[in-house]
Amino acid sequence: MSSGDLFLLVPGAPLLSGVIWLVVGVALLYLARSGAHQAIASASRLLHHACKLAARSILLAEQRLKQRNNEVLLAAGREAAERIIEREFERIDASVRRDLAEYPALQRQMSDAITRLEQDYHASSEVPPEPPAWAKVVDAVAKIAPKEPVVGEILEDIHDSMVRAQRTAIEQYRNDNSKRHRILSRMMPLWRKVARVLGEMDKRVTRLLERSTAIDRHMASYEDILNRSPRAERMLSSSSLTQFFIAGAVLAVAIGGAIINFHLIARPMQEMVGGSSYIMGYKAANIAALVIILVEVAMGLFLMESLRITRLFPIIAALDDRLRVRMAWVAFLFLLALASIEAGLAFMREKLSQDDASLVASLVGGQGEAAAVAANVWITTAAQMGMGFILPFALTFVAIPLESFVHSSRTVVGLVAQGLLRTLAFLLRLSGNIFRHGGNMLIRVYDLIIFLPLWVETYLQRRRRTTTESVLATEESS
Amino acid sequence: MKRLSLWLTAVVALLLSACSDETSRSRGVYMLLDTSGTYTKELDKAQQIINFVLAKLEPGDSFAVARIKTGSFSEKDIIARVTFDGQPSRANQQKRQFREEIDKFVAGVKPSAYTDITGGLLQSIEYLDEKNPGRKTVLIFSDMKEELAAGYVREAIPLQMQGYEVVALNVSKLRSDNIDPREYSDRLAYWRQRIEAGGGSWRVLNDLERLEALFLD
Repeated sequence: MSSGDLFLLVPGAPLLSGVIWLVVGVALLYLARSGAHQAIASASRLLHHACKLAARSILLAEQRLKQRNNEVLLAAGREAAERIIEREFERIDASVRRDLAEYPALQRQMSDAITRLEQDYHASSEVPPEPPAWAKVVDAVAKIAPKEPVVGEILEDIHDSMVRAQRTAIEQYRNDNSKRHRILSRMMPLWRKVARVLGEMDKRVTRLLERSTAIDRHMASYEDILNRSPRAERMLSSSSLTQFFIAGAVLAVAIGGAIINFHLIARPMQEMVGGSSYIMGYKAANIAALVIILVEVAMGLFLMESLRITRLFPIIAALDDRLRVRMAWVAFLFLLALASIEAGLAFMREKLSQDDASLVASLVGGQGEAAAVAANVWITTAAQMGMGFILPFALTFVAIPLESFVHSSRTVVGLVAQGLLRTLAFLLRLSGNIFRHGGNMLIRVYDLIIFLPLWVETYLQRRRRTTTESVLATEESS
Repeated sequence: MKRLSLWLTAVVALLLSACSDETSRSRGVYMLLDTSGTYTKELDKAQQIINFVLAKLEPGDSFAVARIKTGSFSEKDIIARVTFDGQPSRANQQKRQFREEIDKFVAGVKPSAYTDITGGLLQSIEYLDEKNPGRKTVLIFSDMKEELAAGYVREAIPLQMQGYEVVALNVSKLRSDNIDPREYSDRLAYWRQRIEAGGGSWRVLNDLERLEALFLD
């Protein structure tokens, strides 16, 4: 007996059985109409409210997340701005120490130069020649008696004396002039020196002014951040996204470098740790190569931290300066040692490759080919050794994009989470509305299924109403 | 502190146990060379195959070459055997020495009167089970026609070959096969049935240009 037979009320007449079931069903649905309507309505209301409540909670969570993201963003921005301003102040400090520390010396140079210039100026002043005393004597003698021959002789003598004195005076004057010219020509380098010193001072002051302008600019954006202005938030957010993608791209390049590095040392590591041992399903040699690369990256991080280029570990940044510098040296020496080891491994790799090539050649009988390959092998050996030595140092700089990536990823992850929460809230609200309108629709469909008894009910009600109205009308008329 | 030391011990134990799966990833190859009758003339091809296998095997793998003759269930029939060292340079040296041993054998080989393939297979099972590599491969360089001397019992011995891959190489056709080709296919079908009944897998590789197929995982 199949399950279908259970519903066969009249054996051999499935259609009749179906009609009976339909009638029974419709009758039951009609009887349960009011309760069913209430159940559907309350269920849809319940689901609608639940979805609405959940959506509201998620939106609240999204708001909280947004607030937190903003705080994180502003804190990161504040930290970055503080760092920039600190650097600018350090530069100004260095500049003031370097440039203005020489200021007393410059001032002394200037005052020395000015004193010498003054002395030279005084020394070069022109002394007016003494007016000849003979002029008064000539005047007196000329008034005595014009016709006296003695007067003429005297005047002749005076004339000669005056001519001689004049000649001596001119000579003296020329000597003095040439002395003054010499003094003036000596003043020229002093003037130039003064001009140079003044120019240098001007340049240094201009540099300081430029730095102070930059500090003003940074301070303005710092104040914006402190005041939580929307402009600062926008700028920080977009800058964070840009940083995320740029740092991600650089990190991808660095990962490529690390992979090359790995292939460079994985094979020769088999010589050290054996090629047939495995750790957790991976070749021990591969793991050893990976560990070396990771140690290099870690050393690079410590070096960058010690040099205060990155600030991933506050404990290193807070170290005493002497200890920090010592740590930087230690990290550098480790890196140097690892780079040398890598160069050695790269050399060994080439040797192994040559050995493999010669073995395969001897096995397949192609020794000539192997010899031809070996002719230029020193180029690849040198290249591999160079790469083995350089790549660890290149990996050191991974710390910079890594720091940017870590910092910016906080913002980006927050933004993505915000977006997801918003989408979830939207979907919940949509579901809530679907439940509400779906409930109404279900009620209508329910009524549609039992339309026949409903129609009968309406018809009977209308008929009863008509009968009652006619009875009332008859009573009123009588 | 106690808990930390317990954790550390557990981690170290895990690492040590993980290190010990050295053999499960290695490969063991046992090659049987038919030296009966005129098949010795084909041994230069066998040398090619051995060289190819040597080039393909890696540190940690095992390789043995044995001859099939009148009674092959003997360790004396193993011409050369080696388990390659973990260091690639040392493994390369071992490969060179192995090749020299094979060359020496091929130069001085004398044909045998009978062909005890079953005995060779039993010896290969013993060798590879002892080495217990991750992948066990038996290469049979033969025409697959077993000829036993009087008194040798081989028919009733079942071959326990679970996890074994048996590859018949260069299965040349005999003159009788040319007269009745069914003999050739019956011969191969017989060996397939024996190997597969023992739990191993069977295949034939006559085209030596396709030796790469031996090492496809």
